[in-house]
Amino acid sequence: MTEPLIERCGLRYLHVVGRNFLVWRKLMYASMLGNMADPMIYLVGLGFGLGGFMPAIEGMRYINFLAGGMLCYSAMNSATFEALYSAFSRLKIQRTWEGIMHAPMTAADVVLGEWIWAALKATLSGAAMLIAMYLLGLVHGLRPLAVMPVVLLIGLAFSGLGLIMTALAKSYEFFIFYFTLVITPMMFLSGVFYPRSALPPVVQAIGAVLPLTHGADLARGLTLGTPMAHPLLDVLVLAGYATCGVSVSVLLIRRRLLK
Amino acid sequence: MLQVAELRKSYSGTEVVRGVSFAVAAGECYGLLGPNGAGKTTTLRCCLGLTASDGGHISLAGLPVPAAARAARARTGVCPQFDNLDPDFTVAENLVVYGRYFGIPRDLMRERVPRLLEFAGLEDKAAARLDALSGGMKRRLTLARALVNDPQIIFLDEPTTGLDPQARHLIWDRLKSLTASGRTLILTTHFMDEAERLCHRVAIMDRGAMIAEDAPRRLIGAQIEPHVVEIYGEGVREFARDTAPRYAQRVELTGETAFCYCRDAAPLLESLQAHSALRALSRAANLEDVFIKLTGRDIRD
Ligand SMILES: Nc1ncnc2c1ncn2[C@@H]1O[C@H](COP(=O)(O)OP(=O)(O)OP(=O)(O)O)[C@@H](O)[C@H]1O
Ligand SMILES: [Mg+2]
Repeated sequence: MTEPLIERCGLRYLHVVGRNFLVWRKLMYASMLGNMADPMIYLVGLGFGLGGFMPAIEGMRYINFLAGGMLCYSAMNSATFEALYSAFSRLKIQRTWEGIMHAPMTAADVVLGEWIWAALKATLSGAAMLIAMYLLGLVHGLRPLAVMPVVLLIGLAFSGLGLIMTALAKSYEFFIFYFTLVITPMMFLSGVFYPRSALPPVVQAIGAVLPLTHGADLARGLTLGTPMAHPLLDVLVLAGYATCGVSVSVLLIRRRLLK
Repeated sequence: MLQVAELRKSYSGTEVVRGVSFAVAAGECYGLLGPNGAGKTTTLRCCLGLTASDGGHISLAGLPVPAAARAARARTGVCPQFDNLDPDFTVAENLVVYGRYFGIPRDLMRERVPRLLEFAGLEDKAAARLDALSGGMKRRLTLARALVNDPQIIFLDEPTTGLDPQARHLIWDRLKSLTASGRTLILTTHFMDEAERLCHRVAIMDRGAMIAEDAPRRLIGAQIEPHVVEIYGEGVREFARDTAPRYAQRVELTGETAFCYCRDAAPLLESLQAHSALRALSRAANLEDVFIKLTGRDIRD
């Protein structure tokens, strides 16, 4: 016998988002500096350094191509780190979630809050990347801002997937599998650093079902104005990953905490 | 305030709570006693809807648990066995942030925090980081945190374990003042003197079942002879076997000590005069004697 899964729809998960925001605010400047510096270093290093030897890709300079991919990559990384390491420390090491649930909060409230929080951090990383693109003169005008909702969606997708891993993890070591088997391959199969057309057809087919692929296609289209093959499908795939991720992680974490 | 009927809970096939029933009235301080692993914490967690039970009925603050566990927790305070304060916040922030989870408005919380800090004796630690607190301070902060929603019923799982006498006395004092203000307390402890001091009624649990329940004084009166003489020293085994049973209603020899339970201790003490190698401690029977009689002397876990 357990508590009902979904109670009267409340906004209690916002308390969890608020809690994480308050902690983040304490180290806000260091965190934002990291958010800005990291993608800038990649963009300048790879974009100008490597890009100097590269021909144009799909009709654009390499640094432009790379920037569109890096935007999604940094959102993915941000959401993943938050949903794995930070969330796991609150689940197991600090037992913050246990404390929250002694108040009138349910496991679903906690997981929803963490899910949204990790996606917001991803959005912040994406925003930092976009600012870097403006500063380097890669994008102009207001139109590229349309990418921000997509970045949030990418954040929600990877935050949901990450929380599933956290639900299953016994220790931090477990996350190494996720990085080696999921996140790193995703980076190379999703057209972040080079177009997917460079890969053998079988590998391309695998890439076609990955969330980062759809995120990267959307992001390039929205920031750089390249034609998008199937934007609606891209949004649906990302939304699908996000919904499945958060649903499964609510069920798993609830089972783990209410044991 | 709390009714529990036929509560059951198993962990991977082992039943650790086996049909426990009890009720706690409003304003009562109710103690749950039992050896390590008896199932006290599991019982409390079930009552709060924090663990899924396998059977039974629970009503907390007038609400069915787990069906309305969240709403029931809104009216309840919880001081868990192991502190789970938020290490990312200072002392005062811990209280403010916790108040948010109850949906308590910021202004009301601002009013409450100084009073809660005073209650916990942490007035000058408001801005301290958690790792700067001693174990006793953390425990007091956990107690203060359990009161942010001004609850009518409070669960306290071993509130004084690991604390020095000063800290224990301070917590006892606070718990008494909570009882005096009409709050209902449900308390687990391994200190029998603590239970005797604070609880109107106690229940003794063993291996997942409740084996006795009453007011501490009445349990002592009903279960055990009023006087205990503890005897130890050279030749105690022979004395316990040959002499003691003539004067004591019950004699238990454990290790090098004979526990003699008597209706009247005088004849036994007199007989000891002839045994100069033996030393004796004569005292009134207490809850610990009852506890040991009912749960045995063997170590659990
Ligand atoms: N999450 C869990 N998974 C498996 N077994 C558990 C779990 N929690 C408790 N148990 C087992 O259930 C039994 C009762 O544990 P519980 O913590 O309720 O005892 P307790 O009376 O609170 O003991 P203590 O005085 O040591 O705190 C123990 O045998 C314990 O090992
Ligand atoms: Mg316990």
